[in-house]
Amino acid sequence: MSEDIKNKIGSQIEQNNVVLYMKGTKDMPQCGFSARVVQILNSHGVDYEAVDVLEDPDIRQGIKEFSNWPTIPQLYVGGQFVGGCDICVEMEESGELGPILQEAAK
Amino acid sequence: MDPKEIQIMIENGMSGANVNVEGDGTHFEAVIVSQDFDGKTLLERHQLIYKVLGDAMKERIHALSLKTYTPEQWENIK
Repeated sequence: MSEDIKNKIGSQIEQNNVVLYMKGTKDMPQCGFSARVVQILNSHGVDYEAVDVLEDPDIRQGIKEFSNWPTIPQLYVGGQFVGGCDICVEMEESGELGPILQEAAK
Repeated sequence: MDPKEIQIMIENGMSGANVNVEGDGTHFEAVIVSQDFDGKTLLERHQLIYKVLGDAMKERIHALSLKTYTPEQWENIK
């Protein structure tokens, strides 16, 4: 991963409380797993930045290395990597996700 | 890719784990019960499995859903 991409991802995560790296857009997710996480975030009514990795192959590859995580989507909250779709769904079901989203929005 | 192949990779990488993988060749679902998950967050558990799967996860497995439990957790949800 180039320094440029590393810095770009770093600043996306730093400048936004909640960032979702996904396939497609919030309005038009291109993958069921991305769509699921969008649905969860929307249900909490939080502001979040969605980065469409399909628009940028360097980010698509870079974010996998950045997070040491092989799949998309990837959720960052408050600068911390939360996980992929399964983790978001499990945290949503257990009620853990809401509080960290609220905390990050403060 | 055969779900069995993924199952065997996980079983070989995590000794003593109970693993079941199902899938249609593109999308897979794995349920893994292992003592190694004890004291680990979900993130750490998934990372452990991704590490075991290594390059297969990057190149050959398009989508893999993971459910991870310790033996105690598994007893409680059975």
